[in-house]
Amino acid sequence: MVNRVVVGAHYGLRDWLIQRISALVMVAYVCALMLFFYWSAPLTYDSWKTVLSHPFVKIFTLLSIIALLLHAWVGVRDIFMDYVHPYPVRLMLQVIVILLLMMYALWAATLLWGM
Amino acid sequence: MKFSIYRYNPEKDEKPYMKDYDVELQHTDRMLLDAILRIRSMDDSLGLRKSCREGVCGSDGMNINGRNGLACITPLKDLKEPVVLRPLPGLPVIRDLIVDMSQFFRQYHSVKPYLINDSPPPQKERLQSPEDREELNGLYECVLCACCSTSCPSFWWNPDKFLGPAALLQAYRFIADTRDEATSERLDNLDDPYRLFRCHTIMNCVDVCPKGLNPTNAIGKIKEQMVKRMV
Repeated sequence: MVNRVVVGAHYGLRDWLIQRISALVMVAYVCALMLFFYWSAPLTYDSWKTVLSHPFVKIFTLLSIIALLLHAWVGVRDIFMDYVHPYPVRLMLQVIVILLLMMYALWAATLLWGM
Repeated sequence: MKFSIYRYNPEKDEKPYMKDYDVELQHTDRMLLDAILRIRSMDDSLGLRKSCREGVCGSDGMNINGRNGLACITPLKDLKEPVVLRPLPGLPVIRDLIVDMSQFFRQYHSVKPYLINDSPPPQKERLQSPEDREELNGLYECVLCACCSTSCPSFWWNPDKFLGPAALLQAYRFIADTRDEATSERLDNLDDPYRLFRCHTIMNCVDVCPKGLNPTNAIGKIKEQMVKRMV
């Protein structure tokens, strides 16, 4: 057996940090959303439209969606690493997921600013 | 006292089976290991590792009623009957309660579990302040029994890639040592989505450690050092 020197892949910390920070952004957004539900009940199309027309709300919403997508990326990548062992298949799946997530981000942005 | 023990001899048995024992204990039998040795005096085909019989050598790690622990420091009076004994989960079984620890030790070896210091040694010894020495408490006591790593689902799934709690605790033991000069290199070698970041803070390691150590805390401190270095 060849005894190869074991070293780290020199990445991983950033993904781990992204997952923690994006979680905090999402918690903040969910709390804000809960407050909105509480204060503006009953919810109507107009109340949604008013709150989402505010530029600060638009940016906060987009930021939370990006946080969600980044969070999902790290999680889904971890699942692929655990369960999809042939690396060409894994790479292909990862590329598909990256493209999908980027599409979702663009879609969310067009929804928020296109209304 | 009733026992149900995992038996497997690859030379004779087609597959593993559980064998029941009913053993008369003497008043001097206080720990689980005492009872196992009494069973072995009846049935000498039972294979297990043991040495110091006082929780220092870490040889007799096994799965006791579904929980990893050292037989020699597990009091018999706390065990529910029948006591179910199995080898440590997730490692290949050599025979009965004896597992092949090579994978475990390979991971341990890969964190370079020794002091790296290329400066010429001083006249006497390399000194530490009492506060710096304090940081090593809760790290150096590990006896490498593998109870923690073999109770970790991340280690079960990726034993060849994820270091496991025991090796990570040892990695931090040398990162935390102020006499060690290879801190940055050590952190580089841990920065890896498998080696370190397969820990999802499940904390089974903390739950089972027979020495009461906290590998999860050590892993958190490794991450903290990495963040500190990055920002």
